[in-house]
Amino acid sequence: MNDEAEKIRRSVASALSKFAGEPGPLLEILHAIQNDLGFVPADAVPQIADALNLSRAEVHGVISFYHHFREHAPGRFVVQLCRAEACQSMNSKALEEFVRGRLRLNFGETTPDGRITLEPVYCLGNCACAPSIMVNGELHGRVTPEKFGALAKEWGVSP
Amino acid sequence: MGCEPVNTTVTVYVPGDASACSLGANATARALETEAAKRGRSVRVVRNGSRGLFWLEPLVEVVTAAGRVAYGPVTAADVPKLVEAGLFEGGEHSLRLGDIATHPYLASQQRLTGARLGLVDPASLDDYVANGGYAGLTAALAMQPAEIVKVVSDSGLRGRGGAAFPTGIKWQTVHDQPVTQKYIACNADEGDSGTFSDRMLMEGDPFSLIEGMTIAGLAVGATQGYIYLRIEYPHAARALAKAIQVARDAGYLGDNVRGSGKRFELAVRLGAGAYICGEETSMLESLEGRRGEVRVRPPLPAIKGLFGQPTVVNNVVTLASVPVVLARGAQFYKDFGVGRSRGTIPLQLAGNVKHGGLVERAFGLTVKELVYDYGGGSASGRPVRAVQIGGPLGAYLPAAEFDTPLEYEALAAKSALLGHGGVVVFDDRVDMARMARYALEFCAIESCGKCTPCRIGSTRGVELMDRIIAARAGANGHHGTHEADMALLDELCDTMFNGSLCGLGGLTPFPVRSAYKHFREDFQRAG
Repeated sequence: MNDEAEKIRRSVASALSKFAGEPGPLLEILHAIQNDLGFVPADAVPQIADALNLSRAEVHGVISFYHHFREHAPGRFVVQLCRAEACQSMNSKALEEFVRGRLRLNFGETTPDGRITLEPVYCLGNCACAPSIMVNGELHGRVTPEKFGALAKEWGVSP
Repeated sequence: MGCEPVNTTVTVYVPGDASACSLGANATARALETEAAKRGRSVRVVRNGSRGLFWLEPLVEVVTAAGRVAYGPVTAADVPKLVEAGLFEGGEHSLRLGDIATHPYLASQQRLTGARLGLVDPASLDDYVANGGYAGLTAALAMQPAEIVKVVSDSGLRGRGGAAFPTGIKWQTVHDQPVTQKYIACNADEGDSGTFSDRMLMEGDPFSLIEGMTIAGLAVGATQGYIYLRIEYPHAARALAKAIQVARDAGYLGDNVRGSGKRFELAVRLGAGAYICGEETSMLESLEGRRGEVRVRPPLPAIKGLFGQPTVVNNVVTLASVPVVLARGAQFYKDFGVGRSRGTIPLQLAGNVKHGGLVERAFGLTVKELVYDYGGGSASGRPVRAVQIGGPLGAYLPAAEFDTPLEYEALAAKSALLGHGGVVVFDDRVDMARMARYALEFCAIESCGKCTPCRIGSTRGVELMDRIIAARAGANGHHGTHEADMALLDELCDTMFNGSLCGLGGLTPFPVRSAYKHFREDFQRAG
């Protein structure tokens, strides 16, 4: 067994030992694995299915249903840009164009150097301070292209 | 003791609220600490919730002998000069606002549910109790379960999540089930764009939700509560975790709530980025660890809910309003409001508006009063063209309808809904055909896929809107088909409205239809 597979096995085992005894534990388990590894690898599915007495299809079905769960490793900085109405009213469409151009990414893509992942999000609850983005759990409001450019510089994105 | 102010510790409030943090409140708090240390001042920085005046965030408040003195908006860069001007003594400065409670935006509000927002340290049980907290639970512990249900029924409280179902009837149904295991499930999956009152309450006054859920547990005989919290709210998750631990340690949760011999436990479960999980049956599926697919009703969750047991499913604001109902009595609460909309509603003013924020008032405020008197018009300074009320499934209203009062029945009469009380303002640059297209696109992205009208209808609707938008520009060869497309869109809305299993597919026609009813010109072919 190689190192990567062993790391996944251990992460899943730890999540299972923590949550498998709780009622309806699958989301809790998937959250624990994603918090640990950054995503839920396909190799984790059989181990989870076995432990919870579910089919692999059922586990995969849950992972693929929720936008939050990823099946591949994300970039070091996950940039979530709000596309919902309140942000649209403050011209988030223009910000979206700018961000895609600045990062050279479409939604769901990661930069080749593994630094940035760009994701859409539908409301961050910051609607009186639109437009908003969230980066690795940190919220930014009233985001302008200038403000975004300064943040991108901090993440080490070349202009 | 000398009377040098230097020797006393100054308390400074800097909101830890997510919105305040999004505008730099963490850096402001750090700058205040740094500046105090430089001057050898002893300062205690408390991370309170937000008062809900977001154009003034980060709003710093200093406790002085004459009361709390506010300054805002205060960025980290402003701090050195503010401290120089005597901020720690409440000194004069152009950013000084004085006692924020007397600000017209706040002074004119009727804050019952959000009474403690921005006032208290959200992690302090002492603060909570000193400001009226847990008076509701104390009252409830002296009552029989049926009496608690009756108080809630008599108050006229209706579900603040969007459906406006009478809370007392729901509780009565669960109360009446002859079953040992029952649950309280709090819907904290606040996914509607333009809404943030749940978030503010959980971050700024989490004990009010904990108290409300505990009272609900006593009323219906449930011993376990779950808060289903959306993953997009990490600040709220931290505030809740802290407050639940504090409440448990102090005996407000656990096997013996306040020595009553009654048990109530509480856990937070995180969602995973699915709007549909704000629908109650989908939320229950998700809590059970499955795909958030909508359940067919009946049976109602009150009879067969979480893990097949009778379950009260209520929104955060609903549950957080219960303590004040119990503490002050049904009649006190019922005396606020109009018609069948009783009590207060925390309205959330958002989008393209100058003074966005939280406005808790008795039901009945008009859209105009909210958008202009509170909001001060658009942030861009351009004319306001439309508001969307009640999130992505809510109707758009044109300026001509702004006299409509914000209460359930008046909005229903306008084919609109209040939903969770969010009002998003748009200026005259909004393209309503694009907004209609977005409503359908959002439905397609978030549909759970269980029923056909929602799953397929939303996608067909996006295609239709693409044709209508293209025809509008006169850019394609669809001459003569535009009217047919509009008729088809109307028919599609009928199918989705009548045939969908839940509110996602069922209510998406509201924004679409209101857009073409009130803003027909945006759908017409040019020339």
